[in-house]
Amino acid sequence: MKVTVRVWRQKNPQSLGGFVEYEVKDVSPATSFLEMLDVLNEQLIKQSKEPVHFDSDCREGICGMCSCMINGEAHGPENKVTTCQTYMRSFKDGDVITVEPFRAKAFPLVKDLVVDRSAFDRIIQAGGFISVTAGSAPEANTVPLSKYHSDLAMDAAACIGCGACVAACKNASANLFVAAKVAHLNLLPQGAPEKDPRVLAMVEAMTKEGFGACSVSGSCEAVCPKGIVTSFISRMNHDFLTAALKLRVHSARV
Amino acid sequence: MNSLWKVFTTTIGKKAVMAGTGGVLLAFAVVHMAGNLQMFLGWGDINHYADFLKSHREALWPFRTVLATCLLLHVATGVFLTLDNRQRRGTPYEVKKLVGASFGSRTMLISGSIVLCFIVYHLLHFTMGVTNPEYLTFQDSQGRADVYRMIKTAFSGLAIAGFYVLGVGALGFHLSHGVRAMVESLGLRMETWASRIDKTSIVVACLLFLGFASVPLAVLMGVLK
Repeated sequence: MKVTVRVWRQKNPQSLGGFVEYEVKDVSPATSFLEMLDVLNEQLIKQSKEPVHFDSDCREGICGMCSCMINGEAHGPENKVTTCQTYMRSFKDGDVITVEPFRAKAFPLVKDLVVDRSAFDRIIQAGGFISVTAGSAPEANTVPLSKYHSDLAMDAAACIGCGACVAACKNASANLFVAAKVAHLNLLPQGAPEKDPRVLAMVEAMTKEGFGACSVSGSCEAVCPKGIVTSFISRMNHDFLTAALKLRVHSARV
Repeated sequence: MNSLWKVFTTTIGKKAVMAGTGGVLLAFAVVHMAGNLQMFLGWGDINHYADFLKSHREALWPFRTVLATCLLLHVATGVFLTLDNRQRRGTPYEVKKLVGASFGSRTMLISGSIVLCFIVYHLLHFTMGVTNPEYLTFQDSQGRADVYRMIKTAFSGLAIAGFYVLGVGALGFHLSHGVRAMVESLGLRMETWASRIDKTSIVVACLLFLGFASVPLAVLMGVLK
């Protein structure tokens, strides 16, 4: 099949960007979207042109590195997949495909389709961990945990931190990401002791990074490649508001 | 996060204000609707109810103050958040598909603005009698303010009845998203409850719309004698 890709090209954060159209021929429907971009880049390299810069790593849908707004949808038209798991069979022969970077003020553009998502790392650094003494693995079943909470924590832990939620949200809100990270630790007995300072610190960090508010529209849930649901945001709101009411002082963390 | 005040610097804190004040206003709307429906019981009941409300001045004014404060906070926080949210994208998308977001959720500022205009008109119209001062002179056979006649007179005109239906229609759209957003923002829309709350939100919106719209429609159709 043959497709035309309209790609956002931008040399660096300071320069002005714009769309450039490229024709990519002989694309197999079985190639992934990123492989199609690889084919395009091979073409560009042969023509001694600068290849299109984009993020990718595992290419099996689990690392959260790939991004891209494809025809106005984060990670493309398919449900619950990342860009690397989006295949060209989802498009028609002769399609014009618009490819843009994830847009948010908190995700500054680096080059072309590459954006800096280290705001997420800083939120994790604020509280997305548990303070345990590392040692040998504890005896199995010594810590009681209900099936319900273990399942719920696993659902939240499926978040790969790709930032599609931010990209799709009209407010560029990071609530779904932060909520998933807060929930997966707060729900487990190992994470529970630091529940209150964690949620306060992570929400504070999220605010500082400049993400917008949650309008509860559900766009984030619709594009999430890992099926994280918005009820986790409510859980975070609950944990945050109760922690704030308890007036746990952030600096009191040991 | 070492003071409660700092909660309101976060978006979650601001949304909690929206939700709390919205909840108070929703509770008022439900009671207001229940009061309105007494129109169907005849002039005696509704006039007695209006007389009962107005004769308790010591309760009326604190009640109005709470409502006005909630409305003010709700509108101010809503406008602030909407304007602030629009700054968060930076460079806009060339192509953006609407996924997930319902019509009601995308039009909260518009539906809210219509409801606000409606409230202002409604207060000038019925409560303060600015637009139609003659309404306040209506008296029933027992010497009470004749609310029944006031409502019947007002809604016999298509324009005013139409505007009321439009106003409560906007309220319906606002609540179809507002109720679930309120529950979500207060941290109570969890797991299995999420879909039930989403459905309840639409049911509440529809019931309030039907309850409010039934009075002007009934007058227009001549059901209320």
